[in-house]
Amino acid sequence: MATKAFQRVYTKISQITKATCTLKATGVGADELAVVDGRLAQVVKIARDEVTLQVFEGTGGIPTDAEVVFTGKAPTLKVGDQLAGRFFDAYGHPIDGGPDPEGKEVEIGGPSVNPVRRKQPSELIATGIAGIDLNNTLVSGQKIPFFADPDQPFNQVMAMVALRARADKIVLGGMGMTNDDYLYFKNVFSNAGALDRIVSFVNTTEDPAVERLLVPDMALTAAEYFAVEKNEKVLVLLTDMTSYADSLAIVSNRMDQIPSKDSMPGSLYSDLAKIYEKAAQFPSGGSITIIAVTTLSGGDITHAVPDNTGYITEGQLFLRRDSDIGKVVVDPFRSLSRLKQLVAGKKTRRDHPQLMNAAVRLYADAANAKTKLENGFDLTDYDNRALAFAKDYADKLLAIDVNLDTTEMLDVTWALLAKYFKPEEVNIKKELVDEYWTK
Amino acid sequence: MATKGRVVGVISNIVTIEADGPVAQNEICYITTGGDRLMAEVIKVAGREAYVQVFESTRGMKVGAEAEFTGRPLEVTLGPGMLSKNYDGLQNDLDKMEGVFLRRGQYTDPLDRDRKWHFVPLAKAGDSVEGSAWLGEVEENHQKLKIMAPIALRGTATVKTIAAEGDYTCDETIAVLTAEDGEDIRVTMVQKWPVKTAMTNYREKPRPFKLLETGVRTIDTMNPIVEGGTGFIPGPFGTGKTVLQHAISKQAEADIVIIAACGERANEVVEVFTEFPELVDPHTGRKLMERTIIVANTSNMPVAAREASVYTAMTLAEYYRSMGLRVLLMADSTSRWAQALREMSNRMEELPGPDAFPMDLSAIISNFYGRAGYVYLNNGATGSITFIGTVSPAGGNLKEPVTENTKKVARCFYALEQERADRKRYPAVNPIDSYSKYLEYPEFEAYITKHIGPDWTAKVNELKTRLLRGKEIAEQINILGDDGVPVDYHVTFWKSEVIDYVVLQQDAFDEVDAVTPLERQEDILDLVTEICRADYSFDTFLEVTDWFKRLINLCKQMNYSAYKGAEFEDYKRQIRAMVAEKQS
Repeated sequence: MATKAFQRVYTKISQITKATCTLKATGVGADELAVVDGRLAQVVKIARDEVTLQVFEGTGGIPTDAEVVFTGKAPTLKVGDQLAGRFFDAYGHPIDGGPDPEGKEVEIGGPSVNPVRRKQPSELIATGIAGIDLNNTLVSGQKIPFFADPDQPFNQVMAMVALRARADKIVLGGMGMTNDDYLYFKNVFSNAGALDRIVSFVNTTEDPAVERLLVPDMALTAAEYFAVEKNEKVLVLLTDMTSYADSLAIVSNRMDQIPSKDSMPGSLYSDLAKIYEKAAQFPSGGSITIIAVTTLSGGDITHAVPDNTGYITEGQLFLRRDSDIGKVVVDPFRSLSRLKQLVAGKKTRRDHPQLMNAAVRLYADAANAKTKLENGFDLTDYDNRALAFAKDYADKLLAIDVNLDTTEMLDVTWALLAKYFKPEEVNIKKELVDEYWTK
Repeated sequence: MATKGRVVGVISNIVTIEADGPVAQNEICYITTGGDRLMAEVIKVAGREAYVQVFESTRGMKVGAEAEFTGRPLEVTLGPGMLSKNYDGLQNDLDKMEGVFLRRGQYTDPLDRDRKWHFVPLAKAGDSVEGSAWLGEVEENHQKLKIMAPIALRGTATVKTIAAEGDYTCDETIAVLTAEDGEDIRVTMVQKWPVKTAMTNYREKPRPFKLLETGVRTIDTMNPIVEGGTGFIPGPFGTGKTVLQHAISKQAEADIVIIAACGERANEVVEVFTEFPELVDPHTGRKLMERTIIVANTSNMPVAAREASVYTAMTLAEYYRSMGLRVLLMADSTSRWAQALREMSNRMEELPGPDAFPMDLSAIISNFYGRAGYVYLNNGATGSITFIGTVSPAGGNLKEPVTENTKKVARCFYALEQERADRKRYPAVNPIDSYSKYLEYPEFEAYITKHIGPDWTAKVNELKTRLLRGKEIAEQINILGDDGVPVDYHVTFWKSEVIDYVVLQQDAFDEVDAVTPLERQEDILDLVTEICRADYSFDTFLEVTDWFKRLINLCKQMNYSAYKGAEFEDYKRQIRAMVAEKQS
């Protein structure tokens, strides 16, 4: 960033830590961006004439006489239609060799939507995956993460969902993404001919970790432009939010804050909520839907990151490898879409809610039967039927390679119930059984 | 003259101000930055420096920014016209704000100053009145709201004049009172109450005893809450805290429902104000929104205002209680409030308590729950605040400071359980761990005996014992296998399953099943008790399983049928026939 003539240049840093440097300066505003020795930094503390800056790239090699210039503004992004089809770094600088985009300069991390101006989400997002559409239906304006271990194919599933979702724009926010995954997304989107609908902000594992703190705000600022100014349906993909939280922990540690659970900062909930709550259905028709990834360690959802995320997001999609069928499935027990009742049975056939719950209850019976089997007990006829049902159900509906429309999913479910159970075993309202039971 | 000051330091939303005069703890001040006036509260004073928490983003704030102290603590403005409103945590009317996005420094009037109210005097000239005595009433959304003497009134005053029946705006004088010192006090319909002080404008606060009907069977039948009672709902995410809270706020027999959405999802608030204007209060037949006030500080709204939001909601509740109304206050979630306290305490570099929460967390929680209650007002009328808070324990572990400290003060405990939720047994309230202390109150027992019947609590306790026994047997069957226990054990286990499926489980999204009026709950309780008390003869456990599954299916169909309709009676007959046939 070039220094402008009228800007005052400071050259006397009084204190340097791993992440911050402190100097005497006046007229500086909270959250303001500065350049220290050519690196971007942000004001985190002002105490009279002493200003503390957090240097995103780290302070390695910064001398006490380094040049410090304040920009007089918080981090910004130039928004406009030119963003479409482009790839940027965490600061919003192009990494695809193209020119800097032109447009209106807006501060990132802007204000929240007034809750009374929001509209209730009501549009179904069809993904073709029954583990999602049938059991955990997604709705535009929703925010929902995949909970998955790092070895699971979450990025592939997410790319598939994004392409099938019929969004006007897809904004990808990559945090601590491997270069391979970055190229994977780029290829998938360009092969699908969708590149002109994509905007990407990517921080790869090769970039400094702290920089990725800017990625979600950049991505969502771009998303707000398209959703609010252009009334478009925008899908934001954030992967991986656990890397984002790790960076928060690094910064808070370097700032000597008292950590709370799992070494995460005490403000983790608010920090994550500020991002996820940007998902909204706007009154003018545009919407922002956020699909994120939270990687888990050994499936542990009690860790502070998935735990806080679960309280913020409108459900979660839990991926698990099913050893009975050798495929990755969307786990019906741990997965949840909190907004599904806004569309299930309303935008889909009326038997949807009860049928979905009945099938999951029977799947739970199979899990109990399996425990019995593992403990060496005899199985009853019902147990055996439940187990056979579970295997079929996992293969035909829960597996992520399923691609059906919602009505087909319901028909398949009824057929499976009829194959393995009697009507009185499924606890579904009689009038629905009368109408839909596969004879 | 009002104290003024200048900003000398900024760390996130904690700002240090050098003041030129006296400053009080918890005093409100306004800081001007970038053309916006930002509201802040004093949280610490050191010498001439006041540490304030700003209720909004401090982005761009510079050293030297001007601050003005108001000399007053955080207050709410009270008067007619608050019902159906959507407020933020500082009682700004969200509907009056401009634009789609919240702009900082935008504060709006909580009342509608132009609206006229039909005032009917209750007091007359010459009456002597105390603070918050009823001077008159106006009608809002078909509810009679009292216009009260100022709460700050010391001793007794004499009514000098009172307005005649007629239409007035809330700012017009409706009475003049002469205080003990001879000074005249002009009274309008508007009052200001500080939010952090508990209002004790009542004569007595007895132990609460009146059942508060919620239409949720696992609450009313199993662990009832009472008018003026306190309860809390802890549960891991995804176990149905919010669905349960919404069910209670839709169905509870209360005059006023205040929902404090504290640090939770904005879409949940959207759900309330989208659906409540359409839904009907099952007790009065009027629209639910007419009796509801929302105080929303959603998770993306400023953290500092989150603490204020629960106090704002409680003070609104106290205002309506002083009018002799039954108020239900729901806060979702109190954990977010505690986290806001933690963030603040951390920035102030205070020594942390358990899990980095502030040391005085337990005192803060117990003082807050203590503000609920059933009261006899000074004029002998009764009013109540029933408070139900949700708790979001980290990692679903109930051994964490917020849950533990809440458990010490709340009298009802509705433990939501992951395992029940996974098995779609909703509401996922664990029937064994949950409790209602009110079941043990002799006052409550006497009330129930009079209004429902003498053997109600005995039956409820019987069901509880059966559930516990069923759970023990389920564990034994898991260890010993189906064949390893006598057939009788299976019968006992399945009886507990009948209770679970028919009484505990309830479909919040089914039109009929969602609300069960007390009369119907009695009916179900009687039927289930009848089923459980009967002795059955079976030869094998397979027969037991098969028979009970058919029975449960019939009971479920009965629960889905309209009460006392032909279908309902038919299912009931079929159930009784099945029971009679299998009895030994």
